[in-house]
Amino acid sequence: MHPAPSVIFFTVFSGIGFGLLVFLGLDTFYVTGWTAFVFFAIAYLCAVGGLIASTFHLGHPERAMKAFTQWRSSWLSREGVCAVVALVLMGIYGAGVVFLQVHWAILGHLGALFSLLTVFTTSMIYTQLTTIPRWNSWLTPLMFMSFSLAGGALLSGNVGSATVLILVAALIQIVLWLRGDGALARSGTTLATATGLGHIGDVRAFEPPHTGTNYLLKEFAYVVGRKHSTKLRIISIVLFAVIPVALLVFAPFSHLLAALAVVSHVAGAFATRWLFFAEAEHVVGLYYGKR
Amino acid sequence: MTTLPTSTTKKLGLVIDLDTCVGCHACVISCKGWNTENYGAPLSDTDAYGGDPSGTFLNRVHSFEVQPPVLKDQPAPEAQLIHFPKSCLHCEDAPCVTVCPTGASYKRVEDGIVLVNESDCIGCGLCAWACPYGAREMDAVEKVMKKCTLCVDRIYNENLPEEDREPACVRTCPAGARHFGDFADPDSNVSKLTAERGGMDLMPEQGTKPVNKYLPPRPKDTLSEGAGDIDILAPYLEPVAQEAKGFLGWLDKTLEKL
Repeated sequence: MHPAPSVIFFTVFSGIGFGLLVFLGLDTFYVTGWTAFVFFAIAYLCAVGGLIASTFHLGHPERAMKAFTQWRSSWLSREGVCAVVALVLMGIYGAGVVFLQVHWAILGHLGALFSLLTVFTTSMIYTQLTTIPRWNSWLTPLMFMSFSLAGGALLSGNVGSATVLILVAALIQIVLWLRGDGALARSGTTLATATGLGHIGDVRAFEPPHTGTNYLLKEFAYVVGRKHSTKLRIISIVLFAVIPVALLVFAPFSHLLAALAVVSHVAGAFATRWLFFAEAEHVVGLYYGKR
Repeated sequence: MTTLPTSTTKKLGLVIDLDTCVGCHACVISCKGWNTENYGAPLSDTDAYGGDPSGTFLNRVHSFEVQPPVLKDQPAPEAQLIHFPKSCLHCEDAPCVTVCPTGASYKRVEDGIVLVNESDCIGCGLCAWACPYGAREMDAVEKVMKKCTLCVDRIYNENLPEEDREPACVRTCPAGARHFGDFADPDSNVSKLTAERGGMDLMPEQGTKPVNKYLPPRPKDTLSEGAGDIDILAPYLEPVAQEAKGFLGWLDKTLEKL
């Protein structure tokens, strides 16, 4: 799949933003006033910034409001609805925390639930696609949610939770990579089933429909960087898990080191998310002999 | 609405005969022509005369080589070249429809045609991701999703002569490899063809229940069957002169000696 920068930016930052909102809504750390304002501002910058970035890959962003209508069937629509509900609930809750020094617990817990649901619905957009066997796994929602919660714990300064959640995210990511590598083969979709010609013999893509490229090849047959995937996997896991955990566990707490841990984690999350798209094999590539 | 209808009155679709298709791409051109000049946004081309041409097509013809396995004691079978037109299959369980967040994609209850309401399309591309067949393409200029409409603006169009009220690709096919009809009617031309020739689904394991069917190529004649002779007269057609004579014969001998 083509790794569109807007979608990578969106999934990484929205994930972290909504993860932070989960921790704020659950009151895992008691803040009020200006300190709380800074935390809520960071969470909203990440979550809303990511959502805005996601509209950049739309052909007609001016019609984006229509995307709230089909929540009965579409995970993308459900994501939009959940995001708005989460942001409104947490906005009211945050106003109480910042300006009135009151923690409306029910509102906070509901906001946290919808924040996590938003990340879950985002992940289901990818998980539901049988056309991309690597994503079509229950590990995909676990990966998205563990990254979101790990990022939220890290940003909210919950050192203990952050350490555990980052390690959980790393474990899920590794299993997703290893299982994902054989997913296309296990799916049973081959050029033989794609053409229905397998009963005659071995099928080979002989000539593409056109000499030039097209939308399908650009979007679905992205193969750049595959040969570096092992290196990139190692680099990303060092950045998003090893360095932050080492800083959290072994270094004495300081805001500078914490900031370094966050930067490293986010950079690593970007790398894994780039791989998430770049390594994903869409079955339409079979017709072009590109799998 | 992006939920799928539980059933449709008609099941309009195509039968594509892989035995008959000669790979001329006439269907590709007639499709592009009709769908650029009529319903919806035109199918754009970018850098059409430059070094990196690209364009939107609702129908593309692939060519596949199939190598039958070598059976023992038989000469290696010839590889077959099969031309393979591919467009929207108007699936009964169309995954492209249910993923649409705006309701722009829908499957019609009356005839089962899968369409895009372009004025509702936000161009997110998710329906193209959900389609295993590559039947949907985002137009690079109009930024809306384009797909085969089964020429909905021809098949019901009373301004056209009756023989033209079928999809442009079917109307134009010089080999008669494309057939249009109603699969819900067991006596229709397409239902009969599918039954007679073993019409098949593409990627049945994806669970999309395509309406369009593909007819597999008929088995090839095998010349080497029987006694291994092409004809009973073959022994009389053995080459008479086995060795070259004259200048070529001399050249052959001389070169052998070197």
